[in-house]
Parts: sequence; C-alpha cells; structure tokens
Amino acid sequence: MDFIRKQVDVLKKPFTKGGKLEKLYPAFNAFETMLFVPDHTTSKGSHIRDGVDLKRTMITVIIALVPALFYGMYNTGYQYFIQTNIEFTFLDAVLHGAYKIFPMIAVSYAVGLAIEFAFAVYRNHPVNEGYLVTGLLIPMIMPIDMPLWMLAISVVFAVLIAKEAFGGTGMNILNPALTARAFAFFAYPTFMSGDKVWVSEATNVDGISGETILGTLAANGEVAYSSASMFMGSIPGSVAETSVFFVLIGALLLIITGVGSWRIMLSGVIGASVVGILFNLWGANSLMSFEWYNHLLVGGFAFGIVFMATDPVSAAQTTKGKWIYGFLVGVFCILIRVFNPAYPEGVMLAILLMNVFAPLIDHYVIESNVSMRRKRWQGVKLNTT
Amino acid sequence: MSTDISIRNGANLNLKGLASMDLEVAKKSLNYALNPDDFFGLTPRMLVKEGDQVSLGQPIFHDKSDESIKIASPVSGKIIEIVRGAKRKILNIIIKREGDRIVNFKIPALSNIGKDKILELLVESCSLAFIRQRPYNIIARPDRLPKSIFVSIHSTAPYAADYAFILKNRMDEFQTGVDVMSRLIDKPINLSISHNCESDFTSLQNVDIYKIKGAHPSGNESFQINRIDPLNSGEIVWVIKPEDLANIGSFFKTGIYNPKRIVAVSGDSLKYPKYFDTVIGSSISTLVDSKQLSNAEDYRFINGDPLSGTKVQYSDFLGFYNNTLSVIKEGNQFRMLGWLPFLYNSVPSFSKTSFSWLLGGEKRVNTNLNGEERAIVVTGEMEKYFPMDIFPMQLIKACMRGDIEKMESLGIYEVVPEDFGLVDFSCTSKIEAQEIVKSGIQIMLKEVG
Repeated sequence: MDFIRKQVDVLKKPFTKGGKLEKLYPAFNAFETMLFVPDHTTSKGSHIRDGVDLKRTMITVIIALVPALFYGMYNTGYQYFIQTNIEFTFLDAVLHGAYKIFPMIAVSYAVGLAIEFAFAVYRNHPVNEGYLVTGLLIPMIMPIDMPLWMLAISVVFAVLIAKEAFGGTGMNILNPALTARAFAFFAYPTFMSGDKVWVSEATNVDGISGETILGTLAANGEVAYSSASMFMGSIPGSVAETSVFFVLIGALLLIITGVGSWRIMLSGVIGASVVGILFNLWGANSLMSFEWYNHLLVGGFAFGIVFMATDPVSAAQTTKGKWIYGFLVGVFCILIRVFNPAYPEGVMLAILLMNVFAPLIDHYVIESNVSMRRKRWQGVKLNTT
Repeated sequence: MSTDISIRNGANLNLKGLASMDLEVAKKSLNYALNPDDFFGLTPRMLVKEGDQVSLGQPIFHDKSDESIKIASPVSGKIIEIVRGAKRKILNIIIKREGDRIVNFKIPALSNIGKDKILELLVESCSLAFIRQRPYNIIARPDRLPKSIFVSIHSTAPYAADYAFILKNRMDEFQTGVDVMSRLIDKPINLSISHNCESDFTSLQNVDIYKIKGAHPSGNESFQINRIDPLNSGEIVWVIKPEDLANIGSFFKTGIYNPKRIVAVSGDSLKYPKYFDTVIGSSISTLVDSKQLSNAEDYRFINGDPLSGTKVQYSDFLGFYNNTLSVIKEGNQFRMLGWLPFLYNSVPSFSKTSFSWLLGGEKRVNTNLNGEERAIVVTGEMEKYFPMDIFPMQLIKACMRGDIEKMESLGIYEVVPEDFGLVDFSCTSKIEAQEIVKSGIQIMLKEVG
C-alpha cells in the first residue's frame, strides 16, 4: 500500500497548487479518492465521522444492480437464440448478451463521465459520484439494439440538461437516467417502440417478433407468457429490467443497507395494486383486465420503483412525502399504461411526472409542520393576553 | 412525582476509553485561562490589564452590549497575558495563580431572599454566566425572567460525564441552587434524569422530575424542552448544567464564587481515563499526563465531547462549561479503497453499508473525515438522529441561505448547534451541520435579537 501511495504522491505533484496541471486537479482527485480515502481530518463540527460516504452509498447501488444486469445479459442472449431457433448453452447466452451490453455500458460511462469531469474542472469542484449509478442505469433501461450513437446523445442530453443545467449532482429535479430514456423515447420513436427493438439483432434477422407484453396488450393481443416467466424475466424488454426476481435481490440489498427508501418501494407497489385491482373490476379492455399482479411484473415496473423512484435527489425528501410520492408513482404508472396505450412505458412517465411534483409534495408536508408550530405560538399569545 | 418521557430516534456511540468512576484531585495548575469564545454571542470588553492582580470571583471582562454579563476570574492571581489573534480578537486571558485573594459577598438568609436580590447577587458574583438562555444559548439576560428552567442530569453524548457521579457529594449545594432558581420563577425547576438513574434525585425539593428514556441526543436539553415545555416565538427558557447549578448553590451558601469543575477525561489512548477534580480554566496538562501519549501532536484534545466539543491544543486550557475532556487520535492517514462497503468494519458507522453496527463492543475512533464533502444527496438520514418535530435538513438549508423567515418558521429558536452533533457524524455527504446552524443562529441573533 505504501508503495502505491508513494507513486500516487509523485503523480499528484503537477496537479497540486502551483503545478502545471493545477486546473485539472478535480479530475486527478476523482481517481485518487477512488484509490484512497483521503487523509483529511475534521476541522469543524463533529470531530468524528461515520465511515459512510457518497462513494460507498453509490457503490452499494451498483452492487444492487449487478444481479439484474447479469440476468439481463443472459436474457439478451436467451431471447436471441430462442427466436432464431439456434441451439445454445447458458454460457452462449451470457456471452452474446455481454457482447451486446458491454459496449453500451462503456459508451454511457465514457460520454457521461467526460461531461462530469469537464464540468468539475470548469467549476472547480470535486467529481460527484452520482454518475457512477446513472451511467449504469442508462444502458440497462434501453432497448438492446439501440445504436450506440443514439445512446451517446441520450446521455449527453440527460447529463447536460437534466443535471448540470440545474447545478449538478444533488440539485437535479428529474432523474437523469430516466431523462435519457425519455429523450430517446421521444426523439427516436421508431427505435424505441414496436416489436423489432426488444430482441437482439431483431432488425437484421427476419422472422423475429419480439413484441413486449404491454405492446401486445395495447394491440388487444393475447399474452403468451406466464406470470412465472414474467417474474423470472425471460420476456422481451429493455436490456436489464425484465427480471423481477433479480430486481428484488437488489431491492433487498438497498433496503437492508438503508440506501434505498423502502417506503417509496412499498407505497409504489400499494398504489399500483390498488389501481390495478380497480381496473380488473372494470375490465373494459385487455389492458384493464390484465391481472393486477401481472401489472407489477411487466413493463419495468419493479426496476423503476426499486432503482429509479427511490433516487433520493429527485424523489420526495420528507418521510410523509415519500409515502405520498411512491403511492402516486404506482397509481400513475398503471393509469398511463391503461389510458394511453401509445405509451406503454407507464413507469418511466409516472416517475418523471412525480419527480416534478415531489417538491410540491414536500412543500405541503413542511407547511403543515410550520403551521403546527405557528398555531402553538398563537395559542401561547392568546393565553398571555 | 416524576413523568416518564421516551425519546425515540437517535443512537449511542459506545466509544472505548470512557472515564471510569474514579475521582482524582488534579494537581493545581500554574496558569489558568478564560476564553471569550466559550460564550456564544459575547463580545468581550476587558475590565483588567496585563499585570493586574485579580481575586477569585473578580470580573475579568464583560459583554460589550450588556455590562451585567460578566465573567469572573476562577483563581486569585495576576493577569500575565492577554493573547490576541487576527483583528486583535481576544483568544485567551491567562492568569498566573498567586496569593489567596477572594471576592466575598454577604448573602441574606435564604428563607426571605427576594427575586431582585437573587438576580443582583447572580450578576455581581458573575454566577449568571453559569446560566444560559434559549433561544440562542447565550448567557442569561437578567432583565427578563424565563418561563421555565431546565437542568439535565441525563447525559448521552459519547464520553459525556456522568452528572450523577459529579454531584454525588454536592447534593446539598445542588438543592440550594435549585431552591434559589425556583424562587426566581415561582415554580419548580424541570430536572431530567435517566430512566434508570439510581441516585437520590427524587428526594430533591422544588423540582419536577422527568425520567428520560432514549439514546443520544435525548440528553441534550433542546429535545427535552421540546417535549416538556416547548419554546415558542418570543419566549425564553434558561438551561443550567448540573454542576453549574451546584456552583450557584455553593455561592448562595458561602458568598464566594465557585469555579469548581469535575471533569471526565476520556480517550482510548489514555492509560487511566478517569474523573479529575479541578477548576474552570485549568491547564490541560494538569489533566492529561503527556507520558501516557506517545506524541501529543498525534492526538486531538477536545474541550467537550467528540461530537460537539472545541478543538484545543495540549498547551491550552479547560473550557468554561466543559465537564468532559476527550482525547482522540488524529486520523490523518490514507485508507486504500476505504469507501468499499463491508470492508473497513472497525470504522464506526450507523450506516448498514458496513458491518460496524453488527459488531458490538466499544469502538475506537479517530478524526478522519472518512470521505469528502459532497452535495446533499441522501435524504431521511438526518431525521433518524434528530428526535424533534423539526425538519433538520430543511432547517440546515434555510440556514445556508440565511433566510430569516424560513429559519424562524422551521424552528431555529428551539435548537442549538450541538443538537446536530449526530447529524454531522452520520451525514453521508459530510455536511458541516453544526457550523451551518451556528451561522444561522448568529444571523438570527444579529437581525432579530
């Protein structure tokens, strides 16, 4: 360790004050703090500090994402080989998926981090860790056959407009990963919907029909998948959001470590279930009569509610607010799916919508606390006069 | 009669090296010091010069804006130096112990002493400095009496001194202090004790006893006030540390200002962490033997507990209000890949992203920041360590903006910076909550008063 530390110290010299590369210090600092937690000691406030920091929090989310990502690789290969009737092994499927997915992850990180570093250097502040999660989330929620340049443009839009324009990590109103998804969805609608984008190589190989379940339902078709395969995730969909099982493993880690808000997840599921049951009772079309519990298994609902809705920056921040926010995400997700079949991505739009309303929810929660305090003050004034 | 109060939320930091219940009389310090920074919101105007002879209990400086706020010399001696910093700010007034001069007051019989006389004696003897006024935690102003007075025996901060132990042989003086103060407000003093406290506080007169159950910060008066008699806009309450109330009692018994301090000296590197019987402003070197520490520069000395105390040097002096002196290791070392979850489990953490919470026992700490400051990202964690009907994060943000109206409506009157000690500790983004709240309170004090 001492040897590595010494090498880092040598490398650090040109980046320190008065050095040739002084301006690039934030970029160097990002790499250095990745390798070593700095030797900074407390100078004011509490003299001792918790071992947790933002890096650890963000890495925990990434670890939580890994099971879903790994399954996504397998499912990408699985969908491809099943549709093309080629014999395959488990390893073939994973390798095919990895071959498709790793370039997407690489592009997402390269483009996103380049912008993050540029802003950090320009504004002379440390590089925030938020993009480590965002950069992995973006490829996981895109269609597998999305051209890499399209992915890159979506990342640029998300980082510049959804995040940096508002002041960077911690200041954004919308979830950056979902903003990338929404941008791609509205900018390139032909790539982002229909039945040709959800299965690897579907556009190049004839005979592949990889329509998603929600797409089928919107066209009043019959769903060919069982609830079990919806739960396990062996269905066509975005790269790594299909498996509820593996998303739940991640959710478990987020809840146990306290990194993700269980309140938002639970109230989201309650909200979606309530509306789903109501629609089941109504049952006017195939989307309405689609069993409420199946609604929770498809369309990336689980992935969205576990990894996107719980983004602490864009979600509601008060405890009461989180319950309301999560519940409404669930409600709007099913409402959008059912009432606007052109947008089967109900969960994406519902979360973005509630991101916008989250500050309003918090405002009213806080106002009720303020008015409680004011009432107490007024009560005292009345008593004394 | 006692009332039980359970304060949920919060957490105890069980640190290695807590002072054992073993009292030693500290050797007498050669020099003593008073630091005006110990008194929040006070701008000192000196009443003595370098070279002056002073008596025990003689006023050394008073507040520029209020001459009745005076600070007394804790010892008979000679002013040898007034240490000044940038812009001639007074940092320390150093008094060399010599002679045996004492300022003596004539105390009338306590049975028929009037409120005005009590206030006059408190002001003249400088004992008023022992009393602090909320909002803002400034020294009590004698021109307005509070709606109630709070004393908390229940201490929960890491390394915090056990007041029941400190008061063991001073119950008589403590009772006198209680009697005098309750006479002043015509009602009993609110006394908080731990729910499992076995000492004989229940036999005290003129007190309403509250048995507090809860982890840190339930020992901080703010949280108790909030539950017992909440502070509203325009109201004031007084807060007195238990030993200070005994010192006030001692003054009303003897007519002599009493600067006694029993200090818990704690730290995991100390051979025998224990209590010392000493006096306000004593040299730290009389409390910590440097031979116990390999190199004093590798350690941080803190007047107070590690969450909210003040950093001092080994050559400095004990603070005015401190019953705790903490000694912890400086943490100026790099930790390779230290941010990885579940790796460095010996670093104390409330977060479940390490196994620290699973490992019981006493923890060792150092002063490493364990990361770098970042924008606030994680929400809901401050509330876990702030058991009051106040939104801590929103209040902190209002303080950052200096938004007076927001600070007021979000409850700034009810808090003091030290209430945010655990918020500081646990914050993922390493936000300096106490500093921010302190600056907010400074603005309120200046603009609203």
